[in-house]
Amino acid sequence: MKIVVCIKQVPDTAGGVKFNPDGTLDRSAMLAIMNPDDKAGLEAALRLKDEYGAEVTVLTMGLPKADSILREAMAMGADNAILVTDRVLGGADTWATSQTLAGAIRNLDYDMIITGRQAIDGDTAQVGPQLSVHLGLPLVSYTQNLKIEDGYVIAERLFDDRHHVLKVKMPCLLTALSELNEPRYMTPGGIFDAFKAPVTVWGRKDLKDTLDSDLGKVGSPTQIAKASDKVRKGAGTLHVAEDGSEGAEYILAKLKEKFII
Amino acid sequence: MALEEYKGVYVFAQQVDNKVENIALELIGKGKALAKDLGTEVVAMLLGENIGDQAEVLAAHGADKVIVVDHPYLKDYMTEPYTQAIAAIIREFKPDIVLFGATAIGRDLAPCVAATVHTGLTADCTKLDIGDFPINPIPGREQLHNQLLMTRPAFGGNTIATIAIPDFRPQMATVRPGVMQKLPADPNAKAEIVNFDAKLEKNDRFVEILDVVKKVSEYVDIQDAKILISGGRGMQNKENYEKILRPLANLLGGQVSSSRAGVDGFGIPKELQVGQTGKPVRPKLYMACGISGAIQHLAGMEESDLIIAINKDETAPIFEVADYGIVGDLFQIVPALTKLVEQELAKKKEM
Repeated sequence: MKIVVCIKQVPDTAGGVKFNPDGTLDRSAMLAIMNPDDKAGLEAALRLKDEYGAEVTVLTMGLPKADSILREAMAMGADNAILVTDRVLGGADTWATSQTLAGAIRNLDYDMIITGRQAIDGDTAQVGPQLSVHLGLPLVSYTQNLKIEDGYVIAERLFDDRHHVLKVKMPCLLTALSELNEPRYMTPGGIFDAFKAPVTVWGRKDLKDTLDSDLGKVGSPTQIAKASDKVRKGAGTLHVAEDGSEGAEYILAKLKEKFII
Repeated sequence: MALEEYKGVYVFAQQVDNKVENIALELIGKGKALAKDLGTEVVAMLLGENIGDQAEVLAAHGADKVIVVDHPYLKDYMTEPYTQAIAAIIREFKPDIVLFGATAIGRDLAPCVAATVHTGLTADCTKLDIGDFPINPIPGREQLHNQLLMTRPAFGGNTIATIAIPDFRPQMATVRPGVMQKLPADPNAKAEIVNFDAKLEKNDRFVEILDVVKKVSEYVDIQDAKILISGGRGMQNKENYEKILRPLANLLGGQVSSSRAGVDGFGIPKELQVGQTGKPVRPKLYMACGISGAIQHLAGMEESDLIIAINKDETAPIFEVADYGIVGDLFQIVPALTKLVEQELAKKKEM
């Protein structure tokens, strides 16, 4: 079985968000990490590898420095790594990103593609589903529990108040949530090997059956009209309670003032 | 085909178990306002099996027209037949705008539809307007009018972006539940009903549903609650949610919810989690008890009408979004408050 896992390098929001003097996000000051949902997707692939035997290839589109998450993935157990990087691919929205990934994946043999549900910087959750359309693959979003039976994937697709148990023909595309599993750590030997292992680097010319008009900023149907840092609601009144009953009186007065009671 | 030939605001009328969901009515409510600005109509797309009777609900809440696709493949939500049906409607009727709920179903379906018909899609919008693009005129560049301007938070709620789709139609968005207002039901309102054959065909993208497992929930959806009494790491354990928070929530007719710390640390059910990885909420009152206010949590509750926060630590980030922040011991304050509220309500009853 051959599995391709799509991963993305994202700034880590958990360690706090840094801003430039002009108020834009300072991405360079934030630690760049493997997107958590993608890491869960990689872990799911590595578990399939442990259980059934599989060749796992990790694929990312990004800047050359995204090399570091590919090596991290190999240190966790991925077999091959591909970096798609090219100036003309920058500024892509989800349509152009999914077209780029599709163009790269058309070069590969695969039985399954796994993506994270969403990246913590964009939060769109659109690239996985759109990739499945471009490649004509059945899609299972929000996958929890996953096994292979008689050549079919049996997967649970989580919705708000229920889940569907699905039987899916391969090749197929699954999107993973970070809740799916607890990703393994890199092994010391794995880290050592991963830094010597080759990473395949592809550019625009390596994308198969892809139109220039579907790539990068020019190929993106969505355009940003305005972007700004969120103006947070200003802090209100801070009151230091003298004791429990004084604090309670204070809150009660506010609840009455605002007609909550 | 020229872009200006695309007309009408279309909304996906999400149904589960043959019952139209609240988000569909919220989209119609917003769609109506957008349609008014554009001088056009709001059209609901209703997909399912034996689903026709739900058209009345959509009409009562403001749909001018309901396009019904009735087919056995559409009984339970499945990505491919639903994508085919919506794509067929778009090709046939050429809408200017298509809106989906940013629900688990909507965020599965909308990207597949956008990829199928080749257009743009903006995720999880919290604001929709009709306006110009570019917003301010740029010399040498045509300023387009009557564009859908879609505003959404990104980066865990740290940035906010407004997106347009100037060169493709339809303009598509998923819209966060609970943000748009539905219109009050008018039982006399009528809508034009169009039964549409989407010519669904089985293909490689079809999957087989072996089982549908419903979670039996003992909880009311926290997104529907008008009042949330919410706990975090400072609650210390699961029992304290029941002992300290539940009585106050019950008195106020509200629900108990939690931050992620309570879910991961004390085993509070995931469905009660407020925040970016839980559920975004927007109640009339959000009372945060022992919640420090991680950025992902703030992103999920800062739109609440009134925020009251109780925390021992006066530097807790929750105080940055709270209307009233109380520095103190929640184990003293909340039970005392519960007693006071009880007395107050008893007084009101006597009056």
